[in-house]
Amino acid sequence: MGALNALIAVCLSYVALLFLVAFFAERSAMRGRGGWLRSPLVYTLSLSIYCTAWTFYGAVGYAARSGLEYLTIYIGPSLVMVGWWWILRKLVRIGRSQRITSVADLISSRFGKSNLLAVCVTILAVISATPYIALQLQSVTLSFAVFAEAGGGGQTVYTGESTALWVAMGLSLFTVVFGTRNLDANERHHGVVMAIAVEAVVKLFALLAVGVFVVWGISGGVSETLNRIDASQLGQWQVNGGRWAGLIMLSAAAFLCLPRMFQVLVVENDDEGHLRTASWAFPLYVMLMSLFVVPIAVVGLDLLPEGSNPDLFVLTVPLSQGQQGLAMLSFLGGFSSATSMVIVAAIALSTMVSNHIVMPIFLRMTGGSASVSGDVRHVVLLSRRVSITAVVMLGYIYYRLTGGGEALAAIGLVSFAGVAQVLPAMLGGIFWRGATRLGALAGLSVGFVIWLYALFLPSFGPGFILSEAALLNGPFGIDWLRPQALFGIAGMDPLVHALLWSMMLNSVAFFTVSVMTFPSPLERLQGAQFVNVFQHSGGPRSWSGGVAQSEDLMIMAQRILGAAEARALFQREAARQGLRGDLPEPSPDFLENLERELSGSVGGATAHAMVGQIVGGMSVSVEDLMAVADETAQMMEYSNRLEAQSREVTRTARQLREANSKLTRLSVQKDAFLSQISHELRTPMTSIRAFSEILRDSDGLSGNELNKYASIIHDEALRLTRLLDDLLDLSVLENGQVNLNLRHGHLGDLLDRSVAAAAASDDGRRLRLTRDTATEALSLHTDLDRLSQVFINLIANARKYCDADQPTLEIRVTDHGDLLWVDFVDNGSGISTDAQDVIFEKFARIGEPRVGGAGLGLAISRQIMQRLGGEITYLRGESGAAFRVSLPRAAMAAQ
Amino acid sequence: MTNSADEPVGPRPTIFVEKQTYRMRRIMDAARLVPLLGVVLFAIPLLWPRGPDMGIMTSRTILYLFGVWVVLILVTMRLSYVLRSLPPADRSTDRGGAL
Amino acid sequence: MAKKVLLIEDEPNIIEAISFILSRDGWQVDTHSNGHDATEVVREKMPDVLILDVMLPGRSGYDILRDLRSGGGTETLPILMLTARGQNKDREMAEKYGANRFMTKPFANSEVLEAVRNLVGV
Repeated sequence: MGALNALIAVCLSYVALLFLVAFFAERSAMRGRGGWLRSPLVYTLSLSIYCTAWTFYGAVGYAARSGLEYLTIYIGPSLVMVGWWWILRKLVRIGRSQRITSVADLISSRFGKSNLLAVCVTILAVISATPYIALQLQSVTLSFAVFAEAGGGGQTVYTGESTALWVAMGLSLFTVVFGTRNLDANERHHGVVMAIAVEAVVKLFALLAVGVFVVWGISGGVSETLNRIDASQLGQWQVNGGRWAGLIMLSAAAFLCLPRMFQVLVVENDDEGHLRTASWAFPLYVMLMSLFVVPIAVVGLDLLPEGSNPDLFVLTVPLSQGQQGLAMLSFLGGFSSATSMVIVAAIALSTMVSNHIVMPIFLRMTGGSASVSGDVRHVVLLSRRVSITAVVMLGYIYYRLTGGGEALAAIGLVSFAGVAQVLPAMLGGIFWRGATRLGALAGLSVGFVIWLYALFLPSFGPGFILSEAALLNGPFGIDWLRPQALFGIAGMDPLVHALLWSMMLNSVAFFTVSVMTFPSPLERLQGAQFVNVFQHSGGPRSWSGGVAQSEDLMIMAQRILGAAEARALFQREAARQGLRGDLPEPSPDFLENLERELSGSVGGATAHAMVGQIVGGMSVSVEDLMAVADETAQMMEYSNRLEAQSREVTRTARQLREANSKLTRLSVQKDAFLSQISHELRTPMTSIRAFSEILRDSDGLSGNELNKYASIIHDEALRLTRLLDDLLDLSVLENGQVNLNLRHGHLGDLLDRSVAAAAASDDGRRLRLTRDTATEALSLHTDLDRLSQVFINLIANARKYCDADQPTLEIRVTDHGDLLWVDFVDNGSGISTDAQDVIFEKFARIGEPRVGGAGLGLAISRQIMQRLGGEITYLRGESGAAFRVSLPRAAMAAQ
Repeated sequence: MTNSADEPVGPRPTIFVEKQTYRMRRIMDAARLVPLLGVVLFAIPLLWPRGPDMGIMTSRTILYLFGVWVVLILVTMRLSYVLRSLPPADRSTDRGGAL
Repeated sequence: MAKKVLLIEDEPNIIEAISFILSRDGWQVDTHSNGHDATEVVREKMPDVLILDVMLPGRSGYDILRDLRSGGGTETLPILMLTARGQNKDREMAEKYGANRFMTKPFANSEVLEAVRNLVGV
């Protein structure tokens, strides 16, 4: 009795100590002096709630039964921590930037704030955590019982049930006091975290102390201990490969998905930098926790009588050696493990239950008026306190109903497998933007059902819901539905079997449904934020958003509407509100207006969400919205690009058609080329031949006649020569074999000479010239002869083809910056549009009066201008025929 | 996210970076590799002969497993120490493990 | 009374040459130098022989030929076509539209004289 009383006294003082620690931590934090509370060490120690009583006591029992397999439970989380850069870093960043409050909140937020998903995760979490809480209560009760026995048998006063109840009530009280002290802010509980950090130290110290006692106190040293191990029934390395790999995976998954682990890893995280320290410190912690497990198990198997419960070796071995103090320490270690787990689990679960089940129901019942009156805080606190008590009591009731025992001991891994069902949705959610709400829902449901059917229900043994017959032969005798041999895969370890099927089908359902469904705008928004959390969230945001930022709205609107339009809209609104400046007040009118404007670009729902988020300032950062806005802009740009491309294609097609018709015309022209050249050569030759025959054959021609016919022959011969010269000239120019004779000259002089030369071949028609000699005062550096050839041709053409009664040619010179334009415009009827395309081709003579010339002039002019680096073009829109000679600046002499 | 004309947040990621930044990126790569190394090393005992007679002694296995554990802890400790000097800006331009 | 020849041709030198040759042989030579109103001129003058150039300003010689053959009393008028393009295509066109004779420039003066004489059966 004395021992038990002492134990209770120690226990109570220990609990009192924890209250004090939590209280002072909370007070320091409130006074802003809690710097030491937020150290990486405290963070790492708080993670130790992973090591519950199940691991404190159970690991030794596990080792005693199955050898080294217990290590998988620690190796999995170690690998996750060591690989923090992959997942945890992202989870923590998302948790902080999205103000995530629980694992259910994470899943729900990611998938468009779906409360249905949150409810599913919450139910799953509660179902799998309740047996686990019961397990903790059982371990405390059992350890009490051990001391009670050791204290001298026949303790009829003492009953396990009352212990469990007391413990449950105490834990509820502690959790309510420190877990719901502050609702506000980031859900961090400094007092609780500090207390569990202290408990973490106690349990590690206790286990190490027992271990050191066993290795050096009982076995007599390290090598002796190792010999002892090899000599024991655990001496052979024996492991089921499937279980080894499966359990490592399972514990790693559970480490991420367990609500209480998520609470300490993500929600209570104060600084992302702490994760860096924890990445090696936490593996070190669990390594130390598991270091002496095998020695204790081996020594326990050696020393204690056959049939002793190996789950209690940590207590019974010191007791059997008369080490009451050590046993007491060990008891405190186990007590710490159990209590810290229950406390954090209760906080995590109550947050989920309260936020996702109680509050939505309450809000619906009050018709949403509560959220306006600002009266909700009180309700939330109350609902959370009730939830905590309910969760702990649920564990107690479960414990009472199942009555403890072996079934409970196995529940640890079953519970792990349950929460692990969240993993596909979680990882898919943070790494894959294609994951959708329905996909997550499908995956979770499938995984949950299989887990329930193949693992959870069978874990109670036959007779509990599933009859023995159903367990052995499948429900209704359907063989391939046997819970522990689904689809006929028999002979597998039941746990690995359930894990394999549930995780596989869960993932498949998640993926398939995600691929087939389309996410809502909010889902896509959240997906982008989660997956790209490192790109657009510099860090956690303050909750004090609240006030709508016109400037933010402006920036966002600019990204969606375009700068000019957005500015115009804002200025209009500001003017309407009678404000000076560009930014209007975010009045409801204006916001509604803006939303309408935005919805034109991004759709109504998204626009609503975006404006709502900026104005509400709560869960989406401006940067995130920018990212979405940019994505929209990108999509619009992309579709614009597509449009442009199709326009381009149309344009190209048109150009091709044009080129084709031009080619056709050219080909007709080329066909005509031979007959043209033939015609041009034969015509003068006809005259020559005819008159030379006349001269030869005719007698009695007068001197006048002789003279006249001879000069006709002479002129036609000259014409023939000129034609041949032109052809050669063109051929040389076209082949680029021409040598330019670059000289300095004066534009005015050049035009004078050209006019004179054109007049020299005057056929009698008068052509009036209009020139502005002032503009012609420009120096040139070019091939003056060639340029003059072009001018002469144009003047001669005007003289030949201008059909006005009083033909007038205007020569305009324009100095156009880097180009010099010399325009030749006559007052005739001009050249028809379809002829304009071909006038620069060879023999493309148009117009009616044929006044000599072979139709090569413009073709030659064009070639010349190309050689001179300029061009000659037909000017549309003038009244008469108009040609423009453009000379590049380089052709103008440097001044 | 492909880059459009204007990237909203942070500087545009560049292709060529300073030597120190390059060093950092490779250390991040190493940090990503550690858990994979751990998985392989912890799976190795599965390949050892098992059985009543020819089996490996448990003590050997314990020494191996805890040895691996310690090595992983030391490597992670070293890497996280180096990554400590990572400027926050650089952390945010990191593509969140997507690289 | 001298037989009448109408020459429709736009090159002044060729007009001069042919007029000279035929006048010396005793023909009365009328000339016309564009295609616009050539048909009307032919019907008005009603020559014994028509010498028609193909490349005329305003209207092609072939068009004029077709018009003349389509009625107005010129269906059987003897017509000599002249062209400087000298391709088979041109000869075929001339035959198709009903020219009595087709000659390619440059020609021998005696050939033209011979052809004109033959056309009126002198």
